Amino acid sequence: MLLIPCPYCGKRDEHEFTYAREGHIARPTNGEQLTDAEWAQYLFMRKNPKGVHYERWMHAKGCRRYFNVARDTVTHEIYAVYEMGQPAPVIERENGR
Amino acid sequence: MVETYQRRSALAHLGLVARAASSSTAGAGVIMSEVPHRTIVNVRGTASDVAFSSAVQTATGLALPSAANTVSNGGVWQIVWLGPNEWWITGPDGEAESLIEALRANFAGQHAIACDVSESRAIIALKGAKARDVLMRGVSLDLHPRAFRVGQCAQTGLSRANVLLHLVDDTPTFEIYVLKSFSDYLWQWLEKVAADFNLAVEA
Amino acid sequence: MTQVNRLPHGGRVDSSKPLRFVFDGRPYEGYQGDTLASALLANGVVLVGRSFKYHRPRGILSAGAEEPNALIQLGQGNRSEPNLRATQIELYEGLVAESQNRWPSLTTDVGAVNSLFHRIFPSGFYYKTFMWPKTFWMKYEHFIRRMAGLGKCPTEPDPDRYDKLHAHADALIVGAGPAGLAAALAAGRAGARVILVDEQQEMGGSLLSDRQAVIDGVSAAQWVANALAELRAMPEVTLLPRTVAFGYYDHNLVSLMERVTDHLPPTSPEALNQPRQRLWRVRAKDVILATGAIERPMVYIDNDRPGCMLASAAQTYVNRYGAAPGKRAVIMTNNDTAYQVALDLVDAGVSVAAIVDARENAEGELVATARARGIEVLGNHAITRVGGKLAVREVEVRRLTGDGKSVSSDGRTITCDMVLSSGGWQPTVHLFSQARGKLKWNQDILAFVPDKLLPGQNNHSVGAARGAFALTDCLVDGFAAGTAAAHAAGHTEPAGSTPVAGAEPAHSPMREMWVMPSGKPLGHDGKHFVDYQNDVTAADVALAHREGYRSVEHLKRYTTMGMATDQGKTSNINALALMADLRGVAIPEVGTTTFRPPYTPVTIGAFAGIDKGDFLDPIRKTPLHSWHEQHGAPFETVGQWHRAWYYPKPGETMHDAVNREVKAVRTSVGIVDASTLGKIDIQGPDAAWFLNMVYTNAWSKLEPGRCRYGLMLGEDGMVMDDGVTSRIAENHFHMTTTTGGAARVMAWLEDWLQCEWTDKKVYLTSVTEQWAVIGISGPMSRKLLSEVAPDLPLDDQSFPHLSFRDGVVAGVKCRIFRITFTGEATYELNMAPSYAMHVWRALMQAGEKYGITPYGTEAMHVLRAEKGFIIVGQETDGTTTPQDLGMDWIVSKQKPDFLGKRSLQRSDTKRPDRKHLIGLLTEDPNEVLPEGAQIVAELKDKPPMEMIGHVTSSYYSPNCGRSIAMALVKNGRNRMGETLYMPYDGKVVKAKVTEPKFYDPEGARING
Ligand SMILES: [Zn+2]
Repeated sequence: MLLIPCPYCGKRDEHEFTYAREGHIARPTNGEQLTDAEWAQYLFMRKNPKGVHYERWMHAKGCRRYFNVARDTVTHEIYAVYEMGQPAPVIERENGR
Repeated sequence: MVETYQRRSALAHLGLVARAASSSTAGAGVIMSEVPHRTIVNVRGTASDVAFSSAVQTATGLALPSAANTVSNGGVWQIVWLGPNEWWITGPDGEAESLIEALRANFAGQHAIACDVSESRAIIALKGAKARDVLMRGVSLDLHPRAFRVGQCAQTGLSRANVLLHLVDDTPTFEIYVLKSFSDYLWQWLEKVAADFNLAVEA
Repeated sequence: MTQVNRLPHGGRVDSSKPLRFVFDGRPYEGYQGDTLASALLANGVVLVGRSFKYHRPRGILSAGAEEPNALIQLGQGNRSEPNLRATQIELYEGLVAESQNRWPSLTTDVGAVNSLFHRIFPSGFYYKTFMWPKTFWMKYEHFIRRMAGLGKCPTEPDPDRYDKLHAHADALIVGAGPAGLAAALAAGRAGARVILVDEQQEMGGSLLSDRQAVIDGVSAAQWVANALAELRAMPEVTLLPRTVAFGYYDHNLVSLMERVTDHLPPTSPEALNQPRQRLWRVRAKDVILATGAIERPMVYIDNDRPGCMLASAAQTYVNRYGAAPGKRAVIMTNNDTAYQVALDLVDAGVSVAAIVDARENAEGELVATARARGIEVLGNHAITRVGGKLAVREVEVRRLTGDGKSVSSDGRTITCDMVLSSGGWQPTVHLFSQARGKLKWNQDILAFVPDKLLPGQNNHSVGAARGAFALTDCLVDGFAAGTAAAHAAGHTEPAGSTPVAGAEPAHSPMREMWVMPSGKPLGHDGKHFVDYQNDVTAADVALAHREGYRSVEHLKRYTTMGMATDQGKTSNINALALMADLRGVAIPEVGTTTFRPPYTPVTIGAFAGIDKGDFLDPIRKTPLHSWHEQHGAPFETVGQWHRAWYYPKPGETMHDAVNREVKAVRTSVGIVDASTLGKIDIQGPDAAWFLNMVYTNAWSKLEPGRCRYGLMLGEDGMVMDDGVTSRIAENHFHMTTTTGGAARVMAWLEDWLQCEWTDKKVYLTSVTEQWAVIGISGPMSRKLLSEVAPDLPLDDQSFPHLSFRDGVVAGVKCRIFRITFTGEATYELNMAPSYAMHVWRALMQAGEKYGITPYGTEAMHVLRAEKGFIIVGQETDGTTTPQDLGMDWIVSKQKPDFLGKRSLQRSDTKRPDRKHLIGLLTEDPNEVLPEGAQIVAELKDKPPMEMIGHVTSSYYSPNCGRSIAMALVKNGRNRMGETLYMPYDGKVVKAKVTEPKFYDPEGARING
């Protein structure tokens, strides 16, 4: 079980949180002008990387705030947590892991 | 208005008053009771906005708690930290309407709100030398006195219910706020765990 | 029977406390402090089980958790438990145990014919039966299940109780041998919070079996006693004997299983007053793995005969338990540690016939000592035959030749009743590996040792667990790790100095020797067992190699090696090395196996703790729950809520009760507890803008005091939730959601506000439980309300449909919404839950003269279905658009944007022939279709038929006098009047397609 540092409440067990979705996917404001394929890109397509994943979690049993997590999908190492609206940090990883 | 005796607390159906009368707290490791009614007003606003914090202070006489997971108190009110822009103001029963009125007046021109949630929560008080032993069976937080101090609070899971825990004193006494619909489950669960620690029920 | 092999002196058992026990129906006696294994050995019992596949007679191999053979069915009746290791069962008065996997008895076992037909049970047997003709598996299965009897599960509920808890530590130390105790002393003295666990009843680990070691000038046993006394006095140190650290998970979470009362007679008051076992979940800042090492058996022919044992196990039985595994030992080794075993045995009066040492030049301090004590040492020799079937009788030894791959032709027979082997030591890296640490091969000790940690985990392997076997290394390692863990957690009180070990004999190098030649091809005239529990032999590994298996993971799956309850603790390395040898590559190239939790089996009871029965999942109750209970209502589960389903009167069936309730609402007045509806308080200057974005319809012009129905879509355009939202004030709304969707909707709305529309000024507060809700519905509802709320004007002008008013009902402040889910005039009274019971009773009393009828969720569903009102999650399934439901009227064409809008324009969501919501009227009006029934347009004699949809809701409607149903059907709106078919239960039901509205389609009844 992960130990996730909520930016507001501190470190809490994973069971207090819900995973929301991949982070940094802005909702297009011009949906009407997008083709079906472009809209589908926003709606369905996700990176699902092996390695650093920038994702959104919510502290469901705690402060109920959403925040971003940079997590390694292989090791579950959490490189950073940061508030909504902040840019994704660049994560330097050893050996190109 | 209706007679107050017709008002029922969340755990009234358990007959706790009668049980307390026939239960002795002498030598008990854990003492449980229901705190029947309390004003709870949910407040949202921008903590760093001086106009907001002073609006709260004017209405309650209290500063917002400065640290996360803490409670500020003094006088009739206490302010419980819930999140970076969310607090509960708690106090004696029946004061929600006047408090909200005062807050709304002070919030004029700001984006800040107050909402009465007094009736949504049941409050279970759990105290005694073995209170931590009971809670650690359902809470994954570190409740060691060095890690969770008097005046601290936390929203977390207690067994399968979501709760707000507040360590009121170093007896230790914990106040557990829980949605009323879960209160019967949670009381029964706590009682079952506490049975191993010499439980007494108090009115 | 006397304890024939109990030694007159030594051991830590208490001979003043004899304990009686029964094994396979025969009574025996052991002592307090014995394990079942040591007590059996003390009684001369060496045959304790039959093997899994070949039903070979087996004895006790080890003295610990790694035991593959001595699996026991312990206890009786509903407390009986299979597959326990005799080496870990503490003896108690009255213990009853049985051997497993044998029939009718251990000495005469019918299944042993498997041994004769072993050619039909080659390695890969299971795999092959799965692969080739499928029908063969069906034939084999019955046979396999009967033969593969690894114990029996009790069929009655478990009478014991279990406990579980969360704990936190600066240092969790696993293993209380020399390294673990040194770590605990260092960390504890520095002031850290320490949890020290050991799987055995007594802490001390290898020191309890060590008669030579000296630490800080006292005997090992004395040092252990001193250390434990000191640790017990430290308030922040928790000592957990009888506790297995069985799982190591992400971010330093370790699960422990404490056997609280397993060492007590199960029905003794002391056992009944406590939980049987306790599951700990420990989040530790640092985990110190002082887990020691496990000795490897040598792979010689027929190395599984009862009496074949690990050398260190024999040492433990003699030194710690005062029980001799036999009278006369032959020791087979490739390293020095077995020499100390020989010396200890001789000291205890057990004779050692010979030490058979695979090394070409067995020399060194220990070898010399053994020779000086008169023990015969046969260097460069191997055991080539083990005589005796139910017990070892003799061995044949021959000289090794040709690089150790063959033996001389002449042998010599030595009489003995036990063969003790040592093939070297494998550090217990299971937890390190579970934590996903990487292992590396150490050629000096021929073992895998911990290498790289996974980031995010923090642990330190110390002493034997990292391959440093010398006592002094264990003490130094442990003390340093304990100090470091304490310092890292900010505890720096002085911790004294590192414990100092006395002089230890130097050890000579090992010989790499993975299989001992017998002079015959592998698999001929005997078996070289690698994995005892799964009956995998060296010949099986060779077969796997011949069949093309190369990596350890394939080898495991093919042979089932390492997959039994012991997880290959004694076999993995030997198998790996054999495969490497066959492939002619270095061992690490074959790979290492991945260790997964649990280290040893854990009871399901411990995982459940008290959370079973009513505690399995919380039951959420409304403030009126006890009234429903008292009036006989069964409950329907909606999410975690329990909602009153219907209120049967004496003699009524469910059908009767629901019909009565439904009719009452249409003819007079019904009352319903709707408290479970989700409710969200929405405040802020952008509240109306926000509603415009999250609902499909328009909200800007809704006047304060008015209510509106809204439909919420996901971004994919599919219906997600619905409910009525009311405008309390210009910037203040009260939203309702479905009962089951409340939490999801709240999270969804917060997601958009917190993550996307961060500049919008809206705050949400969940007020689901701030308000209890009582609905009164039916033509008499207005009259009833006027009597209990005399000050509230109720005429249609003052209080029209789709509006709300604040008022006092039966003396209680209420907010009353005039909205309907039945089609009848309805008032939903919202009040403080603490007054809900009072208001409900007042309404029941006042409504008595109108025949007020409480109705449950079933009647509510019938009533709404009569009107064709949807239920999200019943008429919808996440692939349903508003257009599919025929609810295009609620989708704004003017609004520039709302969630889901763009997706409604996708080619697939626009398709005209999607599944549409329609009504179905069965040909036989009394036939009620089952919900979920599949629908076909073209009926065929037998499947397959094209299924064009399914029934979503179906009820008997007493108001229509017939059954009614709704369904999602492909191109359904263009099928009005068509007859469709529902084949089920061996019949075909015909129904006509209609509009999904069955009662009062004009909506004339909402004003009563
Ligand atoms: Zn939080």
